[in-house]
Amino acid sequence: MHEMTQTQVIRNPHRQADSQLRRRWAKLRRNKAALFGSVLILIYLIIALLAPILFPGNPSAPNLMKSLERPSMEHPLGTDELGRSILGRIIYGSRVSLLIAIGVVMVGLLVGLPLGLISGYYGGKVDFGIQRVTDTLLAFPGFLLALALVAVLGVGLKNTIISVGISMVPIYIRLVRGCTLSVREQTYVEAARAMGTRDMTILIRHILPNVMAPITIQTSLGMGTAILFAAGLGFLGIGVQPPTPEWGAMLGSGRAYLFNAPHVATFPGIAIFFAVLGFNLSGDGLRDILDPRFKL
Amino acid sequence: MFQYVLKRLLSTLPVLLGISLLLFFMLRMLPGDPAQVLAGQMASPDDIKIIRHQLGLDRPIFIQYGFFLSRLARFDLGRSARTQNPVIKEIWARLPNTMLLAVAAISLACLFGIPAGIISAVRPYTWIDYLFNSMALFGISMPVFWLGLMLVVIFSIMLQWLPAGGTGSWKHIVLPSFTLAAFVVAFITRITRASMIETLSQDYTTTARSKGLKERVVIVKHALKNALIPIITVVGLQFGLLLGGAVLTETVFAWPGLGRLIVDSILARDYPVIQGTILIFGLLYILVNLVVDLLYAYIDPRIRYA
Repeated sequence: MHEMTQTQVIRNPHRQADSQLRRRWAKLRRNKAALFGSVLILIYLIIALLAPILFPGNPSAPNLMKSLERPSMEHPLGTDELGRSILGRIIYGSRVSLLIAIGVVMVGLLVGLPLGLISGYYGGKVDFGIQRVTDTLLAFPGFLLALALVAVLGVGLKNTIISVGISMVPIYIRLVRGCTLSVREQTYVEAARAMGTRDMTILIRHILPNVMAPITIQTSLGMGTAILFAAGLGFLGIGVQPPTPEWGAMLGSGRAYLFNAPHVATFPGIAIFFAVLGFNLSGDGLRDILDPRFKL
Repeated sequence: MFQYVLKRLLSTLPVLLGISLLLFFMLRMLPGDPAQVLAGQMASPDDIKIIRHQLGLDRPIFIQYGFFLSRLARFDLGRSARTQNPVIKEIWARLPNTMLLAVAAISLACLFGIPAGIISAVRPYTWIDYLFNSMALFGISMPVFWLGLMLVVIFSIMLQWLPAGGTGSWKHIVLPSFTLAAFVVAFITRITRASMIETLSQDYTTTARSKGLKERVVIVKHALKNALIPIITVVGLQFGLLLGGAVLTETVFAWPGLGRLIVDSILARDYPVIQGTILIFGLLYILVNLVVDLLYAYIDPRIRYA
């Protein structure tokens, strides 16, 4: 009886997928670190969505009478050099940072995913060309590549997203190409090809779903890196520009007041740390669940 | 071995060519006249004319690229639009500081990361393993510039033990190198742990143990030696990450290195220096990867005969 039930489950692909999902969810619930990471991301998402309710008013409006005030009941995290609430700016900063994180992985995916698929699937001269460009981009450490691109494109939110996004493209290309190389040799891909299925259909229907696991992991880890890179650019004064509340830029401006008001630089750093930690923990957890072979 | 070195050296040529193309087109992607961009805002029309002629901007693009390559081969990177000094002079003046900081940081990171990874691997899933794992995760997630600022607050402002920035004595390098090391130590700990766990489960380790060898000898002589290749790879790759981190660390501690130079140049739109610094960073990264590959061949002779 038991054997029969198992066979039925295997025969029914929907039920099989369902049970696989349930198994993964159970694994996620058991992985406390990953769960903690997911909760952290969820908290940041809620803060970003409810920002106007959590902090009514303009977080960029200066109030020089309250400049560099220490944490108090009125301003729980104190005020910055222009008298703006640091808590308010951190709350609104979560919107900017999440936007950057999503924008950056979108750029990375939009460019890196198709190029990686094409490079891995077709091989030959196409692969050679794409890989030499990737090699060149990988010859620069990611942050430096983003820095070089900012030097060309200029500062600001949009250019930060593009620059950091492009710096992630070679990572996606390499990752997707590697997975595609192994998937394209599978019997089901060969069968699809033998049946005369078009390359585009094979790429989208048969190869793409099978490279999704490493992409999902990289996307979570990439969002953490994107926040760090963008905050780094903001800190150097070449990322998102004031008065937009961005954590890195807040830290950068707080650097000048380390002696008399260290809280100005302390709290934005904590905000960056927990956001990146959230994405890293979730990425690690996803790796354990989706692809345990890569567990370090 | 000579053949291996030669082959490896030749394989860097396409990447070098790629970097030169990237730098060449970087200037041409900017809005406006590249000669004006290179000469800076204060340049006279005569200066711009001279630069235009030097760069061959009045000739076809492939000849311009030829000129560019020939200048690169001679390390003629032009003059800084800010200081009017040759770019290469500006770079040479700061390169030793960045190298000193990078070497100090990577040494510190290895000194902590490798033993931590070994201990984690020898005692997996114990409190000490979880402690090192958590520290590694914290290190990866922490913004390096924030850590630097917090170290300044604690050790320079509150305790007044160490200087907050600048150069001059050994004390000046302590905080920047610790900051930068924290950035990479996490990766070294993680890869050492993973690599050691794998080698500790191999048959030759079991054989070494069954021969009655001391555990320390088994770990160091049999397991660690075989776990070294991925560790060296990661140390090499982290060197690149470290160069990126150096840009931020040098800014926090006013350390006069290449990182500080490139940030100042971006803020001043001094493109000849930006181009030159990016080139040097790229070359450094390639050089480190080359050294890592040669080290593989030294550690594992199978690689050079493959």
